[in-house]
Order: sequence, then C-alpha cells, then structure tokens
Amino acid sequence: MLSRTAASLYWLGRYIERAEFTARLIEATMRLDLLSARPAGEGAWESALAVSTAEEGFWFTGEPVTPEAVTRYLALALENGNSIRSCLDAARNNAKSVRTALTREAWEAINRAWLGVRDCKAAGGTAAALAMVDKLKAEARGFEGALHRMLRNEASFFVRLGSAIERADNTARLIDVKYHLLLPEGEKVGGAIDRDQWTTILHTVSAVTAYRWLYREGLRPGRVVDLLVLRPEMPRSIAASAEEVVQMLTAIGRRLGRQGEADRMARVRQQMLGRSTVNGIIAGGLHEYLRGFIAENARLDQAISQQFRFA
Amino acid sequence: MMHGKAFDEVWGEGGGDTPREGFEALARWISDTPAHELDRRQQAAEAAFRQLGITFAVYGEDEAAERIIPFDIVPRIFSASEWSGLKAGLEQRVEAINAFLADIYGQRKILADGIIPAELVLTNPQFRPQVAGVRPPHDVYAHICGIDMVRTGPTDFFVLEDNARTPSGVSYMLENREAMIRLCPEIFEMFAVEPVDDYTDLLLQTLRSVAPHGRGQEPVCVLLTPGHFNSAFYEHSFLADAMGIELVEAADLEVDDDIVWMRTIDGRVRVDVIYRRLDDDYLDPLVFKRDSMLGVPGLMAAYLAGNVTLTNAPGTGIADDKAIYSYMPEIVRYYTGSDAKLPNVETFRCREASPLQYTLDNLDKLVVKLVDGSGGYGMLVGPTASKAEIETFRAALVAEPHRYIAQPTLALSTVPTLVEQGVAPRHVDFRPFCLSGANGVKIVPGGLTRVALREGSLVVNSSQGGGTKDSLILADRPRRRANTTPSMRSGAD
Repeated sequence: MLSRTAASLYWLGRYIERAEFTARLIEATMRLDLLSARPAGEGAWESALAVSTAEEGFWFTGEPVTPEAVTRYLALALENGNSIRSCLDAARNNAKSVRTALTREAWEAINRAWLGVRDCKAAGGTAAALAMVDKLKAEARGFEGALHRMLRNEASFFVRLGSAIERADNTARLIDVKYHLLLPEGEKVGGAIDRDQWTTILHTVSAVTAYRWLYREGLRPGRVVDLLVLRPEMPRSIAASAEEVVQMLTAIGRRLGRQGEADRMARVRQQMLGRSTVNGIIAGGLHEYLRGFIAENARLDQAISQQFRFA
Repeated sequence: MMHGKAFDEVWGEGGGDTPREGFEALARWISDTPAHELDRRQQAAEAAFRQLGITFAVYGEDEAAERIIPFDIVPRIFSASEWSGLKAGLEQRVEAINAFLADIYGQRKILADGIIPAELVLTNPQFRPQVAGVRPPHDVYAHICGIDMVRTGPTDFFVLEDNARTPSGVSYMLENREAMIRLCPEIFEMFAVEPVDDYTDLLLQTLRSVAPHGRGQEPVCVLLTPGHFNSAFYEHSFLADAMGIELVEAADLEVDDDIVWMRTIDGRVRVDVIYRRLDDDYLDPLVFKRDSMLGVPGLMAAYLAGNVTLTNAPGTGIADDKAIYSYMPEIVRYYTGSDAKLPNVETFRCREASPLQYTLDNLDKLVVKLVDGSGGYGMLVGPTASKAEIETFRAALVAEPHRYIAQPTLALSTVPTLVEQGVAPRHVDFRPFCLSGANGVKIVPGGLTRVALREGSLVVNSSQGGGTKDSLILADRPRRRANTTPSMRSGAD
C-alpha cells in the first residue's frame, strides 16, 4: 500500500472521530446549559471551547460567548480547523483521494455526512443544532458499521488506527478540562453543579448507562475517572483506545511481516495503563497525568507517521 | 441550421420512414419501447453513475458542483464492415503517428525531405527538444491514442482530431456498456455485440510490453494522476483499480540515482512503467514548468537514462497539434507508403496566403480554430456567430494568421436520442481508443460516442452540455443462441 494512501486512511479515521466527538461535545454542553434545571451559563461554553482547543480561535472572532456563537464556531466555522464542517471537509478529501481503498458504503456514509453539514448555513436554534448533531452521529455510526464490513486488510486497519489515536486524545482532553477548569471557584466538589458537569462528560462519551452498570452507585468523580481512563470495557476510555491502537498496529505488522518503533511505544503505553490505579493517578495529579498522556499520544502519532512514511 | 439535412445513422438521408438496411431491429426497438420506459432506464443508469461517483468537475465551478455526464439510453450501432474499415484506418493512422514521432525526435527525415515545413515542428510549443534523441522501448511514443471521428454520410468518416497526449473518456465506454447490459439486456439478445470489457487487460499488457529492457516478466506499472481535484480523477481511479496497479500522485514518487521509486508502507518499490495522466508541463519541475507542484523532480532524468517508461512519452503533443493535423494525409503516406484510409476534414492553413484569403472571405461559413487551443476555446463557429463576433475574430486572424486553421462546417451525422419530447435526432462524434505496444496496435471494438443534446447543436463537449452513448460494434457472426441472457458482471466497487 502506498504511504500516502495509508496516511489518507489514517487521517480519515482521525477526522471522522474528531467530527463526531465535537458533535457530542456540543450536544452535552447544550444539555448542561440550556436544558438543565440549573443553567451552567458561559462557563459551560467556555469549557467546550477549551476541550476543542478553540478558545483562542474563538476569541479572534470577537464574538461574545453565547450558546449560538460557540455552537456555530464549533460546528460550522470554516476558519476553525477543528469544526465539524472542517473535519468533514478534510475527511471527505482524504476519502476521495483513496476512493478505491474504501467500499461504496463507507464512502457514501462520509459523503452523506459532508452533504448534510455543507447545507447548514447557520447552526439555527437548539432544536436545529441537536438535529444536526443526531444526524451526524447516525452517519458516523453508519461509517463505523461500513468499516467493520470492509475487508480486514490494511485499509480498514489504518482508518481504525486513526480513530483510536484520535479517540484517546479526545477523551483525555475532555477529562482534563473538566478536572482543571470546570469547577467554578467556591463550588464544592460533589455539589450539584459539579454533578451535572460529570454527567455531561458521561453523556459526551455516551457512558451514562455504562457507569450505572459498572458501579451501581451515584456519581463519584473518582469512578468517572476510572471508567474513562482505565476501564477497557468502556469503548471510549483511554485504556480501550490504547488497546485498539496496539491491535491495529499488530494487524498491520502481521501483513507486512515486521514491526517498528510505533508498535513498541504503543505496547509500553498499554502495559502502563494496565498497571495504573485510579487512586495512584489522582494522587500524582490527574491534570499532570492527562497532560503526559496527551503528549505521549502525540509522540506515538509521530512514530506512526515515520514508521509508515506518511510525510 | 443542420437539422433535417444531416445524415441519420438509423433513418438515412432526409429522415425517411424506412430505416437503413440492418437497422430495422433497432428502429423497431425504439418505436416499441415507450418513451417513459426509456426514461426510467436512463434515470436508473444515471443514478448508478452518481452512486459510483462517475463525476467530473467543471473548472471554475464550486467544488460541490460535481456533475455526471448525461447518459443516453439509445445505443449507437456500427456494422461489422463499417468497423473493420475504421479499424484498418485507425491502425494505419496510429502507426504513422508513432513513426512520425520517432522520426521527429530522431533523424527528422520528413523535415529534410520537405514534406512539412521544419519551423512548424521545431518552433512548435508542443515540440520538446528535451527528449530529442531518446528512443523509448520498441520505438513506441503514443501508446494510448484517442482518435476523434465524425461522419457525414453512409461511408463518409473523417478524422476531426488526433489525441496523442492523455486522451480520456475510456471509462465511459466501459461503464456505459455495463449500464446497457443491465438495463437493456434485450438489445444484446437482438444483436451479437463485440465485447469491450477486455480493454483494461489489453491496456495492462500494453504497459508491461513497453517496460525498460531487463525488468522481468512482471514490471511494476503505476498510474500517475494529478490528484482528486482533477476533472478526470474518476477515470484514473477506475483504470488503476481495474488493472490492479497503484494510483500514484507525484508526492508518492521519488527519484534516486535516476531510478524511480514509490513510497509504500513497506518501504520503497521500484517503478518501471508510469501511465501518466498529467501533461508534459507538469511531469518534472526540473525540466518543464519550474513552479509546478505536481511534478516529480528528476523524473525526466530517469526517463532519459532509460530506467523508466512514460506512457505516453513526453513530446507526443507535436503529433496531435492542429497545425500538424493538416499534414496528416502526407504524414501517413510518407511513413506507410499508402494513402490514408481515413481522410482528414478539409483544412485551410491560415499561415498560407490563399487559404487565408479564402478563410477571410468565408468566415460566416467556416469553423476557425486556434492551432494550440482545445476544449472549444479560441474557436469561431461561423454559421452561428454574430456579425460582431465575426469581426472581432477577423481582426485576431489578420493579426496572427499562423495561429489559425479553418474547416468547413460539417453536417455531422445524427443518431436517435432520448430528449424531453421523446426520441429525436441529435449530432454525434466518436472516439475509439488505440493501444500501441511491443506487439503492434490493438483496438477494442468500441469507443466513446458523444452526443450534442441540444437540438441542432454540433458541440459535443461535456463541459458544454454534451452527453454520451454506448457504441455497439456488431460481430460478423450470428447471435450465439436466441434467448440466452448475456453474461453479467457486477459493478465496480
């Protein structure tokens, strides 16, 4: 397989995942602010920008932090390289240049998602934004389904590798922002606002029910961290993503008959996660831990690029 | 203007009530199939094309404006004898084209013998002095040619234009046939039709046959595309996929010590043959356009060293230049020793005094073209032009007569075509594809028929409202067995 093809498939996986994550982030933030009995206000939208590393970019638009403005910026702004629309543009361009490596079904899911967002001129009201988010989530599920029905060859491995790397990054950012920024000063950990915010996070990664199943008790921040960082059963947890990265690299390595630096790094990371406990992580500082993980994930991304000669 | 006078391929001259001999069955099929049924099938075909992504981008339009070329459900039919005549003429013509290129980039005998004015070749922008003296394997330069033909009567075929650079459209020939077999199987029960689906096998054989010497039985062939923003990208990916070769962009290739490599996830792989769908200008920024981001630095050095074959070879544009076109009858006679079996359209070279005078006196009747223009740009169609347009063009022509040629406005043949009001005659042209390799010329029995969908229009270009039709070449044998369904292939995916 051409290195460029592999790179396009990998980035296709990353961009689709990023678009879907951003959609979920918007949805959860709306839930937290507009739909809850205790509106969280500006803080909720600021933290959404922070999770998407879009604070600075948004600041440059000169607009006040309102639900409409932030939603528009995260969903549709072309000047925001991480907006849903920009991600889908990039995903579709990548898909188009490797059209023959994808099945028709997979291509059509991407194309439909792209068409759906392209035609949105403004984010509209809450109902319209939620409808768009729902549609996008459905297309992303359709793409994931199509991916699983593709031949089990390098093409699907690279897309899934990209998704897993991106998912690990997104989940880490989401927890980090919550832990570091979300809690307004003077608010008690475990208080009402705090609980709403942790619930929001679980919504973002569709894990509300999973949490109840696994812990059978009320929301406790330590449990949420355990679920999202260490639980391999939870598909969007850091541990599950790290495991999928190892699996995909192994699958590719088997096809090529050799492995490299990226494989080694991914395995070391997976072993470290397996040995970690939530108490240990919190004692050492969750923020530091997550920052470290995000940096490590970026180094792994670099190692993957080098190993398969993406650049 | 032409309507009513043109030769119709089913109904003959003058649009009579009786079909031409051999076309009775097709005429009956057209009249027996209700228009709404034809329309339903046509829409089914177009929906399938859209799903497959057989789209083309029109330059200058929004990126989202990907369109499909309209497909016409009524096929065009050539008899076995019509085809065998065309085939012989096409073989002769592409042999002459390759001999001409070998001579022009070699000994230049045709110039020494005064058949063509030397300056017309040597100062032509399409002439590439950079490749003078290079002999590609088996002396083949134009491996893939698309020859544009028009027809004006039962036996009157003319070559309108030679395409010896990177002709496109062959994917439509193949996809149109797939659609016809699926949607109109009864046509294939009525007629014994020559198959076209081995085109991609023949193309791969051709590419392999011209690999540099000593590169083994299975040389590595790739298709080089400018990328997915190119209007013909669908065709590039279709062909690469059908041949099972990599579809590469310039960034996938690197040249090291005059050897071309492609970057794969498993390391570098040496490349032997590049079917490039990129113009000469964009091949190598070290040799051609310096500011091109599309090219592969060092590619021409590898080519000159004989380490890689480029199909078509750089420099073939000199053979399909419109100024050279007018000399094609002489070129064919010079290299093959016999008269051209396929005539040219009568052409007036405005660089010469008396043809120029004739052109200026008859601007309202002629088609005048820039010798280095294409795609219908820089062109005057006298009979449909306004007085002002003619006068503007006259000034341009007088200022630079050497840049123009003129041709009579031809009454292109028509073929029944499904339009809003039902089935009606529309003008067509025809582009067969000729492959030249180590083992001579191979031509798949078929080609791309383009049809001008607007009533009376002679412009078949897809960017100007043209459509396509399946072109059926009838086999010189009876239908194998009545009532057998034709073999079906599933669509590409």
